[in-house]
Amino acid sequence: MDQTIKKEIKLKGIPASPGIAIGPVFLFRKHEPIILIRSIAAGDVEQEIGRLQNAVARSKKELTKVFEFAEQKLGAAQSKIFEAQILILEDVILFEAVYKRLKREQKNAEYILKDEMEKYHQMMTASKDEYARERADDLLDVENRILRNLEEQKLISKIDGSHIIISHNLAAADTLIFSRNDVLAYVTELGGATSHMALLARALKIPAIVGVHQLLSLVQTNDQIVVDGYSGTIVLNPNSETLKYYEKKKTQYQAFEEALAPLRDLPAETLDGHRIKLAANVELEEELEFIKLRGADGIGLYRTESLLIGKEVFPSEEEQYEVYHRIAESVFPKHAIIRTFDIGGDKFMTQAMKENNPSLGWRGIRVMLDKPQIFLDQLRAILRASTLKNLAIMLPMVTSIKEVKLSKQLIAQAKDDLRVHNIPFDENLRLGVMIEVPAAAVIADHLAREVSFLSIGTNDLIQYLLAVDRGNDIVSDLFQEFHPAVIRFLRRIIERGTQEHAWVGMCGQMAGDPLATILLVGLGLDEFSVVPNILPEIKKIIRSIHYTEAQHVAERVLTMQSEDEIKAFLKHLMKHKFPDIPIG
Amino acid sequence: MIEREVTIRNRAGLHTRPAAAIVKLAAKFKSEFFIEKDNFQINGKSIIGVMTLAAEQGSKLLMRFDGPDEEEAYQAMAELFESGFCEPL
Repeated sequence: MDQTIKKEIKLKGIPASPGIAIGPVFLFRKHEPIILIRSIAAGDVEQEIGRLQNAVARSKKELTKVFEFAEQKLGAAQSKIFEAQILILEDVILFEAVYKRLKREQKNAEYILKDEMEKYHQMMTASKDEYARERADDLLDVENRILRNLEEQKLISKIDGSHIIISHNLAAADTLIFSRNDVLAYVTELGGATSHMALLARALKIPAIVGVHQLLSLVQTNDQIVVDGYSGTIVLNPNSETLKYYEKKKTQYQAFEEALAPLRDLPAETLDGHRIKLAANVELEEELEFIKLRGADGIGLYRTESLLIGKEVFPSEEEQYEVYHRIAESVFPKHAIIRTFDIGGDKFMTQAMKENNPSLGWRGIRVMLDKPQIFLDQLRAILRASTLKNLAIMLPMVTSIKEVKLSKQLIAQAKDDLRVHNIPFDENLRLGVMIEVPAAAVIADHLAREVSFLSIGTNDLIQYLLAVDRGNDIVSDLFQEFHPAVIRFLRRIIERGTQEHAWVGMCGQMAGDPLATILLVGLGLDEFSVVPNILPEIKKIIRSIHYTEAQHVAERVLTMQSEDEIKAFLKHLMKHKFPDIPIG
Repeated sequence: MIEREVTIRNRAGLHTRPAAAIVKLAAKFKSEFFIEKDNFQINGKSIIGVMTLAAEQGSKLLMRFDGPDEEEAYQAMAELFESGFCEPL
């Protein structure tokens, strides 16, 4: 007998959700029914239809449970895909066709259903569209669910003990249902970082890797493996050294997370007493509790577009008021900045128009000023929710003073409307603008005279300034946060804003990049608004430096001529001062 | 019968969520509702049909309504499409 020790194998996939897991594998092979054609006696057709209807009803019951669990665990927006799957089960056109064929062809329900659904499935997979694949997966999952129920097979969803789930592909519903067990990580052969599974794993805070080819032929249930969701690495048959390395890495990250916890109630203040406002970006109401745990100094950006998800019309003033009011109450006594709708949308024009270049088109404040009734509804809703005096309004995509003045007129009109009806609001509600277009940056001083604050949206600003579309793979590496032009621009915005007594914040991705923190503090940024996850790290950096030192760093960086030089300098600085903070 | 062209405006195109919104809205009206793209027609009241439409941003669809409330159905559907399904454009 051969007693060879299995060789350690390292595989690379796409990191989909951060974290490290070490543990036994649970190999999930989805029940794939083998469908045989059977003839049905004419007299048994009704019974066959009944069998299918029962299977559909059971599937609907299962999916409704999944949907409810998703809603409660992830919130309304993320659970919509399950609602769509339920709608497939209710699709009259599909099932009428199936029943008709069943009667005519007198074949078993499994065969007819699969054959009928296969047609649609093929049409979807034939498409080049990346979303079409996701749709095809959603459809296939529903099909398999009905087929399984036709065979009266139970759903596998219970696993004893803690496991790393490995599967060829993992449907959204399976990802969610498995999470009721103790899942250490998810790994799949298929999928991209934007697949349903990846999104759900991040929301569930479970490490995950996708796109690990040939994995299933290499592992078996109960094999011990390592999953590193930070780098997308999987180690099969890890040797003792590797295990030690990853156990250390895991405890280090955990310890680091725990070490950050006590920072929660401490201010973001430098060693020499320079106070920074460190707020959170919020998209969903469900995040409100989380940002408190993370120790955020209020909300620096609430994206109201989330109110439009899954809606057929703009939410009413009343609906919006309810949400804004809950936000104001939840963060009180801290503040929340509500950004007005940042979308395009010609709701009331009969002739839809196509824009060749939407990012240079009808967006943000441009749309709202063209649709004053919608804008007024939103403004009144925010004003009504402002009675605790802790809300502010922020306008997106501003490029001119005229836009600000028109917006102010509408705010005045909204206030008049409320006064007429004796509805209370905060008379001194503050107004700010986003600086995300180079034109706005250039006239930052004029804008700052009109408003109370400026908030820099780096994602769009850098894209417009460097003429680089981040989504375009060919040029995406030219999207440089640390391009000297970007740094000079930031300096200019902060200086001009501050001179005109407006405070200057940043709510773009750069604000949450630990590599940029010292530089941004040194440039004189008053406020950082970041994704809640990264908040403690940023706070730790701010609390460990001197403001004078950060200013010195900023001066140095401003003399440098390339992004490479700037990044190397900042990386060196970070490695030296904060060896345990992961920087990208 | 009403026949009108609409354009997909949202960035992600006609994926699962907008398909659900279309079907849910269509179900509120009595009129028959068909969507045609590249000479391929599907029933707009069938989510599985709508999901097969590979309609990315900017693509044009022909909507056809036939029934007692075709005018209202058309107005409501046109609004939904023109809002880009209230998703990022």
